[in-house]
Amino acid sequence: MTVIVALGAFLPLAVLAIVGGAMAAVHRVVYAGCFLAAAALALSGLFFFGGPAAPQTLVLPFGLPWLQAHFRLDALAAFFLIIVNLSAAAASLYGVAYGAHLPEPRRVTPLFPLFLGGMNAVLVADDAFIFLVAWEFMSLSSWLLVLSEHRSAESRHAAFVYLVMAVFGTFCLLPAFGLLAGAGGGYAFDAMRASELGPVAATLVVLLALMGAGSKAGVVPLHAWLPLAHPAAPSHVSALMSGVMTKVAIYGLVRVLFDLHGEVAWWWGAVMMVVGGVTAVLGVLYALMQYDLKRLLAYSTVENVGIVVIGLGLAIAFKDEGEAALAALALVAALYHALNHSLFKSLLFLGAGAVLTATGERRLDRLGGLLHRMPTTGTAFLVGAAAISALPPLNGFVSEWLIFQSLFRGPALAHWTMKFGVPVVGAMLALAAALAAACFVRAFGIAFLGRPRSQVASGAAEVEGAMLAAMVALAVLCIGLGVVPVTVTGAIAAVAEPLTGVRLPTAVGLGWPWLSPVSSIRGSYSATVVTLSGLALIALTAFAVRRFGTRALRRAPAWDCGHREDIPNAQYSADSFAQPLRRVFGTTVFAAREQVVMPPPGDIEPARFTLHMRDPVWDGLYAPLARVVGRLADLVNRLQFLTVRRYLLMMFGTLVALLLMVAARQ
Amino acid sequence: MQALHFDIAHMIDALVLMMGFGLLYQRRLRSVLRTFAFQATALAAAAAWQAYIQEAPHLYATAAIALFFKAIAVPMALNWLVQRLGIHRAVETALGVGPSMMIGVVLVALSILLVLPVTENATALTRESLALAMSVVLLGLLMMITRRNAVTQVVGFMALENGLILAAVGAKGMPLVVEISIAFSVLVAMILFGIFFFRIRERFDSLDLHYLEFYRGERQ
Repeated sequence: MTVIVALGAFLPLAVLAIVGGAMAAVHRVVYAGCFLAAAALALSGLFFFGGPAAPQTLVLPFGLPWLQAHFRLDALAAFFLIIVNLSAAAASLYGVAYGAHLPEPRRVTPLFPLFLGGMNAVLVADDAFIFLVAWEFMSLSSWLLVLSEHRSAESRHAAFVYLVMAVFGTFCLLPAFGLLAGAGGGYAFDAMRASELGPVAATLVVLLALMGAGSKAGVVPLHAWLPLAHPAAPSHVSALMSGVMTKVAIYGLVRVLFDLHGEVAWWWGAVMMVVGGVTAVLGVLYALMQYDLKRLLAYSTVENVGIVVIGLGLAIAFKDEGEAALAALALVAALYHALNHSLFKSLLFLGAGAVLTATGERRLDRLGGLLHRMPTTGTAFLVGAAAISALPPLNGFVSEWLIFQSLFRGPALAHWTMKFGVPVVGAMLALAAALAAACFVRAFGIAFLGRPRSQVASGAAEVEGAMLAAMVALAVLCIGLGVVPVTVTGAIAAVAEPLTGVRLPTAVGLGWPWLSPVSSIRGSYSATVVTLSGLALIALTAFAVRRFGTRALRRAPAWDCGHREDIPNAQYSADSFAQPLRRVFGTTVFAAREQVVMPPPGDIEPARFTLHMRDPVWDGLYAPLARVVGRLADLVNRLQFLTVRRYLLMMFGTLVALLLMVAARQ
Repeated sequence: MQALHFDIAHMIDALVLMMGFGLLYQRRLRSVLRTFAFQATALAAAAAWQAYIQEAPHLYATAAIALFFKAIAVPMALNWLVQRLGIHRAVETALGVGPSMMIGVVLVALSILLVLPVTENATALTRESLALAMSVVLLGLLMMITRRNAVTQVVGFMALENGLILAAVGAKGMPLVVEISIAFSVLVAMILFGIFFFRIRERFDSLDLHYLEFYRGERQ
């Protein structure tokens, strides 16, 4: 199996990075090797769809002695291999140049191939042991990558929170697999597929899988670590964590809920849709309030994970009620969005990394005007921003459109809660999509347009070729996946088929290139036609302007939007752009309070504007939880300083209590 | 003849238990040690009697070990240590004699209530001896808790261990009794000296521990 060979290549690369870390060239070689391995893995994923779609299995003699290591490549795993390795290849290519810019590259390069290897191993694992080991491998290596800039207290805090949440996630997944395995202890996935679950176990497995995989994916309220950890890592790692690792978590969720479990009750779909809707709206609201470019992107990841979870929830609800075709549609839409998000979020993080390399700044308020100094980066970032804002003809539009199409079929569900609830979730999704557009207008506008807001921004220069190549490749993919949606949905339909039992017809009533998954009347979309007609219109307009416009040359001062050349602070700032939305939503959600202190006339002090915001999830959930844990720890801590006699007393008490229990049971 | 065997065995076992109570009401170290020596002697007698009625000659070895180590060597060594280190000769109680005796009675009741129903299928000899042995174990533990002094704690531990040996010799066909008793004796010796030196240092060099707490950052 070529996948295992490529997977095995990551280990020697890590060893090479450790041994030869002193030489700069070695770092480039390691990243290039990662690029090749990731490209090979992505290709083997692609070939799977080209060839016969039978799952390939492999059993290797390591792992637990009575279990061995099972690997399996089926359509779902192959699809996620593509997701993971497209972005991984781009990030590796980017790393060839970017790795040298890091303050301590030796803390990053050895872990990078391990991180890639861990994520890929999760996808091909076919027993719970290998799955969890790979999962932990992924968590720990990314944790070390977050910790690579360990000198800043912020990074250390982020890494600590991440570690706690990663432990929590695995702590949930472990019993989920235990329940799936049942009393017989069949830890191979084949045995889990075959076994039947009791009613309590079936419910618990879904809950635990949602919490375990959901905490890794960043589902509200388990997202707290994500906006801390993702920005703290080096940018190409942030791209992987945000774009890819969350997808691995989604993979885990799909694998457990659709494949291993198989019969999830419809109301879990409702729960997931509500959670997804809240995640999407809260995530994008958080993103709108951020000043740090990378943190903004991380919160936007939370939003997109919410969108994917909505799709998955809908698919579960449809599947349980026997609407297999609609379940396939919702699942395809969710998987399509996962693929798209991995591409444009990686692109945006790589762009943020390029900005960071050029200026050393992540704060939006100190950027500006970069489009003129970094045209390629700026254009690629613009493509990513347009795609994540779901603008046609880019890929983000197609997947969100598909999710809406499946949401519109919500009334086909039998339960009245769903009939009424699905439109509500649809409204939340619409709100999130609109806010996301605003968010990325703000991010791109403040960072790349206008005039430089700081010295570093005005002195920025375009980054190295390898970094540009990675970003341009991702941007091209974003456009490509948007322009030929039918081909993509056709491939994803093969992924969804074994999970829902029905192959989604991608073009009902109309032929290629029309995407009309439900019927040609209810909704159809052809990005190809949209693109071509858009291009034709542009060409026509250009021609008309050139042909019929006046030839007389006229020079006039450019309109300066009312602010003077020498005062960049008079432009819109990141804060002022977000203010209207903050007043509408932030006052209730984040308890935002604005405070303006005007000095009395004659006073030479400047006027001051202060903004106070609180994080509702952190204040409402994590802070109380941390306080309780702290108090319990203090109580337990006292046990450490007792006299010998008291320890004996406790032993004695326990012994007598146990004896009494035995005596009482007779 | 069988019944007489049982009665004598139970009588010796009860003697061991009585000495266990005896340990609880002593107020001077020297008499604690003497009572312990009596208990060990009774244990040796019990082992010898079991060896006779079970016709298991290896139990004679157990009896000899108990007699030599526990009844003679250990009390003498402890006596010597008490004199040598100038330890306060009164027993320092954490719980008064009266209440600890009462708890002891409750513990004996508990172990009889527990053991008799559990072992319905076993022979009568084993059942009663087990109940008595378990009472001895619990009384030893109780002594370790309710007495402050290091010497009394060591004695409590050895009384507990006496109970274990008593249970082991009472069960017919129990293998490895000799080995167990030797292993326990070594263990006791180790704990005896370990606790002893630890407690001595704790009592007389308390300053050291304070330094340790400062060092570990628990106090400013």
